[in-house]
Amino acid sequence: MLVIDNLKAAIDGKNILKGISLEIKPGEVHALMGPNGSGKSTLAAVLAGREFVEVTEGSVTYKGRDLLSMAAEDRSKEGIFLGFQYPIEIPGVSMVNFMKTAVNEHRKHDGLEPLSASDFLKLMRDKKELVEIDSKLANRSVNEGFSGGEKKKNEIFQMAILEPTLAILDETDSGLDIDALRIVANGVNKLKKPDNSFIVITHYQRLLEYIIPDVVHVMYDGRIVKTAGKELALELEEKGYDWIKKEVENSIVA
Amino acid sequence: MEKDQDKILSDVTSGEYKYGFYSDIEMDRIPKGLSEEVIRVISAKKNEPDWLLEFRLKSYRHWLTKKMPSWANLKIPPIRYQDIIYYAAPKQRKALDSLDDIDPELKKTFDKLGIPLEEQKHLAGVAVDAVMDSVSVKTTFRETLAELGIIFCSFSEAVREYPELVKRYMGTVVPYTDNYFASLNSAVFSDGSFCYIPKGVRCPMELSTYFRINSANTGQFERTLLIADEEAYVSYLEGCTAPMRDENQLHAAIVEIVAEKNAEVKYSTVQNWYPGDKDGNGGVFNFVTKRGLCKGENSKISWTQIETGSAITWKYPSCILRGDNSTGEFYSVAVTNNYQQADTGTKMMHIGKNTKSTIVSKGISAGRSQNSYRGLVKVLKNASNARNYSQCDSLLMGDRCGAHTFPYLEVDNQTAVVEHEATTSRIGEDQIFYCNQRGISTEDAIGLIVNGYAREVLNKLPMEFAVEAQKLLQISLEGSVG
Repeated sequence: MLVIDNLKAAIDGKNILKGISLEIKPGEVHALMGPNGSGKSTLAAVLAGREFVEVTEGSVTYKGRDLLSMAAEDRSKEGIFLGFQYPIEIPGVSMVNFMKTAVNEHRKHDGLEPLSASDFLKLMRDKKELVEIDSKLANRSVNEGFSGGEKKKNEIFQMAILEPTLAILDETDSGLDIDALRIVANGVNKLKKPDNSFIVITHYQRLLEYIIPDVVHVMYDGRIVKTAGKELALELEEKGYDWIKKEVENSIVA
Repeated sequence: MEKDQDKILSDVTSGEYKYGFYSDIEMDRIPKGLSEEVIRVISAKKNEPDWLLEFRLKSYRHWLTKKMPSWANLKIPPIRYQDIIYYAAPKQRKALDSLDDIDPELKKTFDKLGIPLEEQKHLAGVAVDAVMDSVSVKTTFRETLAELGIIFCSFSEAVREYPELVKRYMGTVVPYTDNYFASLNSAVFSDGSFCYIPKGVRCPMELSTYFRINSANTGQFERTLLIADEEAYVSYLEGCTAPMRDENQLHAAIVEIVAEKNAEVKYSTVQNWYPGDKDGNGGVFNFVTKRGLCKGENSKISWTQIETGSAITWKYPSCILRGDNSTGEFYSVAVTNNYQQADTGTKMMHIGKNTKSTIVSKGISAGRSQNSYRGLVKVLKNASNARNYSQCDSLLMGDRCGAHTFPYLEVDNQTAVVEHEATTSRIGEDQIFYCNQRGISTEDAIGLIVNGYAREVLNKLPMEFAVEAQKLLQISLEGSVG
């Protein structure tokens, strides 16, 4: 589904990603871990099509197509979803209006008629239950005045509505209390299907108790320095990131 | 990254006016220039009574003594008043009995504008008084309104049929001495709308007028007079588009509203005159005096305006709150793009006791435009317990435009409570990307964000107008990609 090959990228001339290679198959959940500043969010930004990140080398193939040549909105319509680390507020634009516009853009792309108002509201109702979101939230302006937890739940809610093929969740667990964390994780688990995949970016192993990854990658200094099964997350939780750093530095010296 | 954003914004905001066409209709016009003689000709062509001619001449003589105002934050090129044609009317063979009698060319223009009269008659209960240049061509729904005693007709017709009403109210809210452009209008006004809602009558439909400039070099001098008698209610809509022109066109209208005891008037405008091309050539100069008088107790006047057009806008729809417990409201969205300039706002004059006013102004500036809010809240000595709430927001797109706020406060009564809030924000790259990531294109994202920003004001518009206004906001800012 997604093949990243030797991806290098810079922000304002500073190299952030220094050669990432990664393959994600349908149905897989990949966890991306690593200390602050290791390049996790930058990788997510490149995949979503953020223009301030400049790709300097390498390629990304998504469903057999060159992802990097696609506009951000087309990536979305092709099934890539980014759960934002810091969801953006859009004052005066209701969630209903926002998501209806998004859904109908997706439908247009798929050659489908736009959803009627009543069908759309039904869709919203169904998904609200799925992610246990307060029904008032959907009537408010996009993220405006939402608490940190509400914003994160709102990301999962939007994901549930858009049903992406590849969802990238950028530190969706940060700032969540244990109940919100459980709800977010449950939402993700309910949305898991054999043909869709997830990249879960997180600092902590905590989220991975709820969302069981197939593969865990550890990033450090713009590279994936370790890839293993879910037990790697536990090891990291126990030992911290320092041993990884040491390992990497030693290998460079050697 | 800043540069990218500016490029996106400039790409999507450098659109050109979409309603640039004009129709080829036989015009009855007089030579250009302004003099007492010209005013006499206008008055004679309209078969006006002597008192009205006197009013025009008095205004003209006063206008000669005045200078164009220069206090607004506008750069206005010199206007050659002697090069303007002050009267043009579509030629009519005889009075029109039915729609079939309308000139086919004129009919086509209406169709292009999307206002086929016969269909509009049935649509949403809106009565349409279509003004093309200076003379009202067709007024609909008259019979229905007449049954309730409501008068809704062209100004000229009102002068003929209801001279007493016109005489009693004309110039009482905007005197002919009021300002330079008001004096000019009072001297040369061509036509406009007249509306009278009798005591205790709630007008059952939205009243609407479409204004349209349609003749090269012809200034448009509309005059509207709207009277709501005691306990009456009316909602009035005014909207316009104008054809593409190279030369500047002067538009100096007057709107006067009188609300008697317990009466309520809602006046909504969508203004979309030709704004000039994207290099700042041409466009309409829109110098309008709009004022409402809350004459009686508990009366209420509410202005809502969506201003997207004109090269230069100079406009301050105001309320004189004379009646005790009267209420004035001003809700405005003003969009400027390319080289447009707008200096617009309101005046709220609190004279009566317990008077209330609300001002919500939303400015949106893009391109190299300049957008100013100018507002005065004045509380007179005897206006005890006056209340005002003002909110002035500015939204900037790109870094070459300007947004300015000039709020004036004059409070002479200690019991007054006056609040003012102001914000300035930018459409952020983050907001646009968030929309992109959900599958919404940059153009649609800007439309969504701008409409969200202006929602408070758009919500005040009657339903059928709100949809149109939303589209207009998006078109004004997107143009080439809309």
